[in-house]
This record gives sequence, structure tokens and C-alpha cells, in this order.
Amino acid sequence: MTTTTTSETGGPAGSLARSLGLTDEDLVAMYRRLALARAIDERMWVLNRAGRVPFVISGQGHEGAQVGIVSNLRPGFDWLVPFYRSVAGVLTFGMSAREIMLAQYAKAPDPSSGGRQMPGHYGSAAHNILSTSSPVATQLLHAVGIGLAARIRRTGQVVVTALGEGASNQGDFHEGLNFAGLHHLPVVTVIENNGWAISVPAAKQAPIVDFAERAAGYGMPGVVVDGADVIGCWRVGHEAVERARRGEGPTLIEAKVTRLTAHSSDDQQTKYRTAEELERERLRDPLPCFREQLLEASVLTPEGVAAIATEIAAEVNDATEWAEQQPDPTVASATWYVYAEDRP
Amino acid sequence: MATRTFIEAIREGLREEMRRDASTIVLGEDVGVKGGVFLATDGLFAEFGEERVIDTPLTESLIVGASIGAAVNGLRPIAEIQFADFILPAFNQIVSEAARMRYRSNNAFGCPITIRAPFGGGVHGALYHSQSMEAFFTHVPGLKVVVPSTPYDAKGLLRSAIRDEDPVLFFEHKKMYRSVRGDVPDGEYTVPLGQAAVTRAGSQVTVIAYGLMAHYALAAADRVDEDGISVEVIDIRTLRPLDRRTILDSVRKTGKCLVVYEDNKFGGYGAEIAAIVAEEAFDYLDGPVMRAAGPDVPGVPYNHVLEDWFMLDPERIAEAIRTLAAY
Ligand SMILES: Cc1ncc(C[n+]2csc(CCOP(=O)(O)OP(=O)(O)O)c2C)c(N)n1
Repeated sequence: MTTTTTSETGGPAGSLARSLGLTDEDLVAMYRRLALARAIDERMWVLNRAGRVPFVISGQGHEGAQVGIVSNLRPGFDWLVPFYRSVAGVLTFGMSAREIMLAQYAKAPDPSSGGRQMPGHYGSAAHNILSTSSPVATQLLHAVGIGLAARIRRTGQVVVTALGEGASNQGDFHEGLNFAGLHHLPVVTVIENNGWAISVPAAKQAPIVDFAERAAGYGMPGVVVDGADVIGCWRVGHEAVERARRGEGPTLIEAKVTRLTAHSSDDQQTKYRTAEELERERLRDPLPCFREQLLEASVLTPEGVAAIATEIAAEVNDATEWAEQQPDPTVASATWYVYAEDRP
Repeated sequence: MATRTFIEAIREGLREEMRRDASTIVLGEDVGVKGGVFLATDGLFAEFGEERVIDTPLTESLIVGASIGAAVNGLRPIAEIQFADFILPAFNQIVSEAARMRYRSNNAFGCPITIRAPFGGGVHGALYHSQSMEAFFTHVPGLKVVVPSTPYDAKGLLRSAIRDEDPVLFFEHKKMYRSVRGDVPDGEYTVPLGQAAVTRAGSQVTVIAYGLMAHYALAAADRVDEDGISVEVIDIRTLRPLDRRTILDSVRKTGKCLVVYEDNKFGGYGAEIAAIVAEEAFDYLDGPVMRAAGPDVPGVPYNHVLEDWFMLDPERIAEAIRTLAAY
């Protein structure tokens, strides 16, 4: 069964949040993460245009869904199996601005890969964020395996994994959801549907509008949520994570998000997206939507917003400058860790 | 010491490792109640239960991909691909994911999984139940590839594979499952990965083989012995990492090298051995490095006349040895 969720029926943000068990501090913390993710993301593009980093793939427009849903996990205990747009997701789950910038500069201390992978391929053993590869949808099966191990080892862990709607056409997505549904595994799969797979619109990707409908074939609930509605995303994520935690099985969430940038720094999106569309999509940006909601509910004040912006600017500057100064990996290290035996 | 068939040794190895290490699980198609289509996992379901012996849906990519995830979260999965021919749906998971997990994460994550798969021809299996798949995987840094040929090695190498911290592909020649017997010690022993075995000492020609061909090479050596040709046979056992020393020491002694493999000749695993010998033992060679291998058709045909035409046998290997010896 596919359900559609919005938080609008619940009234103003503050009272809704309280009715869900969220405090004002929780909401401000979520806003801060969203704003930090956006600021880091924007910095990546600036660095790319300035010729400092060769590649950017980022998550602008996806942050609301990521922060809302991932905030329900227990950092360092549960698992996050991300994809290349999960900037806000990995920040929410414990990575720091410095760690993300290390990956952006591909420096030796980069926890994601030691500078071996392109930026955007997040991973951190310390935070239970599984290493990301480039072929889309492969991570679904890893999330399912992590959930299987959690079940067998009786750890009580929950796994959240994410991918794009285009990637949800891959076989691994279907093999993974089938197994997760069959064994009631504690796996929450999030399709971050931004309507595009590079230049191919969702309408040319699949014969359905709501990708969450796919859940029906795999014996799990499918939920559609507006990705600009952070509290709605939190609520849907909360229900899915708690359901998984109780041993009742997986959930498929489809967050309708927007892609505010080109696919990556190597893409020229004006070739296939009109100026009107890009303008219209700005209205679905989760950051101002959430900010307005919190201001309206007096959870945040304009001064509070400004103070957060100042803090974040300092954090991003620090992360950028610090990461840029870190050493590159040595050539000698290029042969390390092909196998466990290959240690320095 | 007890005598065991090849498959009994594998089954015992699985059972004993599952008893020793509670983090091991077995997963694959029909591995549970049925005990596998070849009965390699027979009895495991009864002893360890459905949580540790998992009948998966017909989804090879899931079998490997979920093994990777389970390994990352503290288990030691032993996956079975019902026939090596059907490993291709999992190719991406093996090559893009399992093989690269450690390297791409700069050692933050490892991937201790074992993937067992029956392979090989001569069993009336035709195109899709006869293939040799090793060359697709030996090409890939990050993978280990094992092809045992005796019950002793099968059990000892399987233990090492399961205990290894990296992904291991463990190819079992299905023609040997019940036709090959041998002594297996009672106690716990392992055979380390990465060590070849000299299975027959000789002085004039080195024959290098693995799997079923390791047996045929020995039989061929017996035949040419009658012609007065002294053959040294090496069973590589682990294809990656490769024991170069044992191979090069032997070729430097005999001066002649024949590589035998069942797979199609062009681009097969034996081509790499030939290249290594040519590069590193050229000064010692007294003839061209030669290969006896399968013909370059897209699969082993079913009809027995055609299948016999495809498969190498001891006599054809003996012929190749005679040709090389006379060079
Ligand atoms: C298996 C595979 N095929 C192709 C690509 C190249 N590629 C990278 S992202 C992408 C589009 C993905 O679209 P979607 O899943 O909707 O996610 P989005 O990028 O829109 O967030 C493509 C084609 C790839 N990475 N992996």
C-alpha cells in the first residue's frame, strides 16, 4: 500500500513537532545540519569553478529528506549506506565538515577513501557509513546484508540506504527489496526522486509516477513524502525506523525532492532543463521552506538564523582551509590495501 | 586418516568451520533443506538451522551483495553459486564491490566472504553447465581465486578461504565431486592460500595445471614416462595470489613449460602463466612456452562427440608434452 504523507495537516511547525515528540532544540539542530550541508555543497562548487577541485557531485535540494529521515538513526550504532548525493545524510550521521572537505580535496587523511575515490563516495568505519562505489544501486544489497547480519546477530541495528529514482530501475534494487521484504529485515530504503537521471526525466525511466508503488511487489509499505517538508520526512523516517526496530520489517520511502544543480560538475543541464523549470524548482528548495516554517512557528528568530549562518560560514571556511593544507597520499601508498596483507 | 570423495571433503570443511566459528553463514539457492544440487551443504541445515543456512531466492547478485553487507556487519558468509555459469548476474557485485571494498575505503572496510561455485565440463552439462569462469576473476586485484584438485586440498584450502579477510572465489570442478577420492586427516589442518604443489617430480618438461586438468596432467605424465620423458607436474591450487616461485624454480630446472587449462585458449588463465614464464625464465627456456587448452567456441557442446572434441584429456596432453619434449 502506498501512502502519501505531508505535515501540513498537523498545523504550525512548533506544535506539530511537539506532538511528534520533537523539541525546539531538535528542530534547530536539524535546521543547522541542513544549512551546513548546503553551505558545504555551495563551497564545493565554488572550489570547482575556481579550479581547486576537479569534480563535484552534490545534494542540493535533497537535504531535507536526508536530514529528516537520517535524524531518526542512532549515530555510531545503526548503519547508513549512502549514495553520492548524501552530503546531508552523512553529516547528520556523524561526519564533519572537515571530513567532507578532505574527500573533496582527495587528501591522505580522507576517511572515505584516502583520496582514492572521486568526491561524493562517502564512507566512514567510525560512523558505520558504508563505503560507496559508483555503479548505482549496488548498495541496496549491502544494506540488506547489513540488515541480515543485524537480525542474525540480534544487534537491534537499523539500516537506512538511499538512491535515485533512476537507479531504482536496476536489478539490484529489486533483488534487494524482495529479500528485505521476504525476511522482514530492518532496512529503510529511500528513493530520493528528483525527477531526473542525468538528462532523462522520470517519465522516461518508469511507467509509474510514484516509485514508492514498487513496495507493493515486495511486501512492504511504500510511502511518498514531500522532500521539501523536513518535518514530514522526519515523521515518515521515524515510523519506518521504529517499525524496523520493532522487527516488523522494511519500508520503502519515496521523497519527492528537487535537483537544484546540474547532475555533476561535468553536466550542462540547460541543454535539457528550461529556465522556467529551474526557476520553478527553486520553490521546492527545502532550506528556505524549513526556515520559513521555523520562523513562523517562532522556533527560530531572524537573529537566530543569522547567528547560525555566521557559525556555519566559519565552520566551512575552517574545513576548506584545513583540508586544503592536508597532505596528498604518497605514491608508495598506492599499492596498500589491495588485500588485508598489504599493510605499510 | 580417512578416505573421502572431493565433495565429502568440502562438506566436512564447511561443517567444521561452521562449528568453529558462529559468525559463519551459508547462503545460496537450494543450499538448505535439499543440501545443494550437488549435496555440498547436505546436513548443514539440520545442524545449524535456517538462520545460518539460508535458501535464497533465485538472485545471484543478492547472494553476493548481501554477503558483502553481512560481512561488513560482522558475519563471515559462505555463498554458493549453484553453477559457476550463473555467477555472471553477480559479476558486478564481485568485481565492483567485493574486490574493491578494501582498496576503495583505504582499509576502513574489508570483505571476508567466500564464494563457492561448481565449474567445468565433461559432465554433459552443455554450454551453460560446463564453463570455466576463473579467468574473469583472476584478472581482478582484490579477489583471491582458488581451484583445488584433491579432497585434502579442497578441505584445507576451503578452511583458509573462509578464514581469509578478503573475498575468495572457490571453484570446484564438478566432475571431480564423486570421481576423485583421497586421504583427509582427521584433525584440523589448513592449506595456505597462494602455494602451488609439485605433484610429480621430473626433469625434462614442467606441466602446470589446476582443477581436473591437474589430474589429467599426472595421467599424461605417466603415459610419456613410457616414452622416456620425465615430467614435473605442478598443481597451482591458488590462481591468485600465484605462487610464482614454485613455477619458475621448476621451469628453470626443466627448461620447458606446458600450461594446461580446460577453458578456451584465447585469453585464458594459462596465458598469464605463459607470459610470466616467458618474462622471468626466458634465459632458461629450451623451447617455446606452450599451452594445451580448450577450443575457442562459445561453450562446451552437449552431444557426446562434440563434448569429447571440446574437452582436453590425458592423451591430448601427452601429445602436447611429446611435441614440446622433442623441440
Ligand atoms: C550502473 C551505472 N550506470 C550508469 C551510471 C552513470 N550515472 C551516474 S548517476 C546516473 C543517473 C542517476 O539518476 P538517479 O538514480 O535518478 O539519481 P540522481 O543522480 O538523479 O540523484 C547515471 C546514469 C552509473 N553510475 N552506474
